[in-house]
Amino acid sequence: MNTSVATHDAEALVPVHVTVNGAPYGASVPARRLLSDFLRHDLRLTGTHVGCEHGVCGACTILLDGEPVRSCLMFAVQAVGHEVTTVEGCGTIESMGPVQQAFTECHGLQCGFCTPGFITTITAFLKENPAPTQDEAREAISGNLCRCTGYQNIVKSVLRAAEIAGEQAGKTR
Amino acid sequence: MTTKMFGAPIKRREDPRLVTGGGRYLDDLGHTAYEAAFVRSPHAHARIVDIDVTDALETPGLVGIWTHEDLDGPVGENLPLLIPHPALIAPATGFALAKDEVNHVGEAIVLVVAENRYAAEDAVARIRVDYDFLPVVVGLETARTAANLVHDHAPGNISAHLLQEVGDVETAMAGAPHRLSLDLAIERSACMPMEGKGVYARWDTDAEHLTLWSSTQTSTGVRAAVAARLGLPLAKVDCITPDVGGGFGVKIMHPWPEEVLIPWAARLLGHDVKWTEDRREHFISSAHERGQLQEVEVGFDDEGRVLALDVKFWHDNGAYTPYGIIVPIITATQLLGPYKPGAYRVEFWSMFTNTVLVTPYRGAGRPQGCFAMERTMDAIADYLGVDRAEVRSRNFILPEEMPYDHGLMFQDGRPLKYDSGDFPASLAKLKALVGWDDFAPYREQAASEGRRVGLGIGCYVEGTGVGPYEGAHVVIETSGRVNVATGLTTQGQGHQTAFAQIVADELGVPIETVHVTTGDTRRMAYAVGTFASRAAVMSGNAIALAARAAKAKALKIAADALEVSEDDLEIIDGVIGVKGLPEASMPIGTTAVLSNPLRYAFDEAAKAATQFAGTFDPDKPPVADDEEPGLEGKDFYSPTQATFANGMHAAIVETDPVTAEIKILRYCVIHDCGTMINPMIVEGQVHGGVAQGVGGALYERMVYDEFGQLLNASFMDFLIPYASEVPHVEADHLETPSPLNPLGIKGAGEAGCIPVSAVIASAIEDAEGFPITSMPISPGDLWELRQQHDRGELPSLRRTTAESAKEKS
Repeated sequence: MNTSVATHDAEALVPVHVTVNGAPYGASVPARRLLSDFLRHDLRLTGTHVGCEHGVCGACTILLDGEPVRSCLMFAVQAVGHEVTTVEGCGTIESMGPVQQAFTECHGLQCGFCTPGFITTITAFLKENPAPTQDEAREAISGNLCRCTGYQNIVKSVLRAAEIAGEQAGKTR
Repeated sequence: MTTKMFGAPIKRREDPRLVTGGGRYLDDLGHTAYEAAFVRSPHAHARIVDIDVTDALETPGLVGIWTHEDLDGPVGENLPLLIPHPALIAPATGFALAKDEVNHVGEAIVLVVAENRYAAEDAVARIRVDYDFLPVVVGLETARTAANLVHDHAPGNISAHLLQEVGDVETAMAGAPHRLSLDLAIERSACMPMEGKGVYARWDTDAEHLTLWSSTQTSTGVRAAVAARLGLPLAKVDCITPDVGGGFGVKIMHPWPEEVLIPWAARLLGHDVKWTEDRREHFISSAHERGQLQEVEVGFDDEGRVLALDVKFWHDNGAYTPYGIIVPIITATQLLGPYKPGAYRVEFWSMFTNTVLVTPYRGAGRPQGCFAMERTMDAIADYLGVDRAEVRSRNFILPEEMPYDHGLMFQDGRPLKYDSGDFPASLAKLKALVGWDDFAPYREQAASEGRRVGLGIGCYVEGTGVGPYEGAHVVIETSGRVNVATGLTTQGQGHQTAFAQIVADELGVPIETVHVTTGDTRRMAYAVGTFASRAAVMSGNAIALAARAAKAKALKIAADALEVSEDDLEIIDGVIGVKGLPEASMPIGTTAVLSNPLRYAFDEAAKAATQFAGTFDPDKPPVADDEEPGLEGKDFYSPTQATFANGMHAAIVETDPVTAEIKILRYCVIHDCGTMINPMIVEGQVHGGVAQGVGGALYERMVYDEFGQLLNASFMDFLIPYASEVPHVEADHLETPSPLNPLGIKGAGEAGCIPVSAVIASAIEDAEGFPITSMPISPGDLWELRQQHDRGELPSLRRTTAESAKEKS
């Protein structure tokens, strides 16, 4: 009905400088740019996923100065001066982190969409509690939604990750 | 010796990529694409009077706004009726953008494209639509009264009416010593994959070619639908399925309005366009399922054997019927489970309501059918005072009766004929696993502690692997790399692993050399899709057949080159050798070199295939008359009928005597899906299915108000279970191979969720002592039932009355 030409005023941009996975990033984005969109579309770190846009599902969970937060509930500008860790910062295919490795060993994922949020959440949890019980492991992941696995193998993955992390700590000691 | 891969619980090959952020889901593509947003109807039933976009035109970043009147040609026509059926007497489908009328909240009315989603939503907020309200029909009971109509062409709000009967139910019922009636209800739920739908389209102006990515369960279906709507030759459209964040049925429906509109806009604008569904959109404009009202009448003998079963049910199909009546047909046929009633009549009415349309959700009508049948079995057991498992076993189809033809037509238009299964063996395993015979003392012990526990059971049979076909293409490169393509899609089933396991065994190559592609029409243009627990059965067998064809060719070439008989050759770890003569061998990649006679050498390996290399017989043509160059195998698997998996579940629940909270203490599963390619993956499917079943039994419902507003359209209010709500699943398997396909596979994808509502209802009923007839059930619902029971409005179970009489005497 109406095809208009995009000649309108652009939104005012705000410079955002953030450390992500140990590397400095800078971009100019609108003030309303969500941190999840900033990571995914401005920095092209698409490992962080968005499942509900209102902080319930946990798929977008990242670590802000080591603490798990929902990146869909933050603006990018709020992350200025903070250290962000995404799933890409938890390990690589060649050198997986303990939680990532545990997920591959325990069939902790199916479609993989919610997985990055679990991996960041569990990474932070194991720092607090390096040797959880099964009940503690289940409790630790009960703020994240998964529609595929029924969580059983994610609980298993938490326990296995704790083992792997323990083994690695033993080796480096 | 190559380790046997088929049947091994090997780790998934896709996982290292997915756990490190390397997945590429729909919204991970197209960072520079324009983005779309929609004005969606806030009203459930209304005529569109006027659409005013004036205020939106100055929105910064806006690219374009379109309504139905802008849609030219087939793009503006009704969306297709995908699965017509003679019983679907008044079908209805919507438009890509609503034309004149909206029939549910969430229906797309205006398409907005902008430089990004933020700008697109800004413009959406500035568009005003005026409506004339029409009466709203919500819920099956309201639909049945037909005081108001959803569609004028569907009197009684009935889209379809179907009756099937085997035997003479009237006579059998009249002659039955005992008769019972049950009124049952199941509410709506939905697939709710963690990733919603999404479409990304790229139009190549120079090549006049459309490349389309969709988060779909059928790339070939989307490709064909979009080509037809856009008036493009099939050759000018490709559809690629990227990583898909779960489907569970909702993404087999196609084409969604957005799958038509986004490519249409991309071509019009000559620019990439993308749409990523947000969660609210998914709630109000994708699809739901499950809602049914059921009336069961059953006649049985003194032993509890069913002589006559007469079922009527009403199925809520929402506002439109693009996917036909597949769901109620499945309910009607799969209701029978592992049982053989003397006579069976089933009649259903599929009803329009002003709500989101209904298409298959994992289980696809089976959970409702299983609920009806299993509630009936429990009612018979209670009436006769016979053990609930015993009543079931008296009605079982026995292994020696296989194949068993029910005399009904299944959802694929073919006979409902069970191919395999050993129901008595499954039941014995289940009883042992859950400790069925030891439950009475456990209950007494709990009661002495003031705790209330109950044991529940549910059995089902699932027709899986429906046709018409799937295909596979296996290509072996000169390096020995094996490329496998099958057309159906993947949304978490581990196809890159399971299919590679099949190929590794069939060809005798290391699994690391096998690379599987699914859901890419550039690689395999003929396919149906991933639904109905069919991928392993259909593509698994097609891939085995294609691999066998490639192997036969490799052996023929190697036999020529090594001057031995093909029968003397074997392939181990990718090397073709003469049995018992290890020095006479060649890598399978070398047969790939020899399969493709060359004029030009472009690497070392290729030299052997060039015209002066002396590797070919000068008296024969380089490529024989009946051959093609290249080491490839292509084949299709098309079965005469579905294969029938089955399972039996049992659960122990505890209900809080004060708060009516319901807790699942144990959940046990016996599962028979024939031979398993990868038991780890199968078990994962079962776990996930049970979790979805638990959601449907205890937490998930679509809460519509009388105006057709979905009141809980967010994850805040629609309660998908977290880890804290899902029980640990204890699973065991029985493998009765299907005689219908080369690999003996039966499907597994949907199994876990099918009997859960039946099992939980059975267990709660057992704990509470009064009938449970409606699911899901919340603590509030249970508390209300207790009040009704206390007021004498809800009868006690016979066994409860008998027990308390015993205690009194």
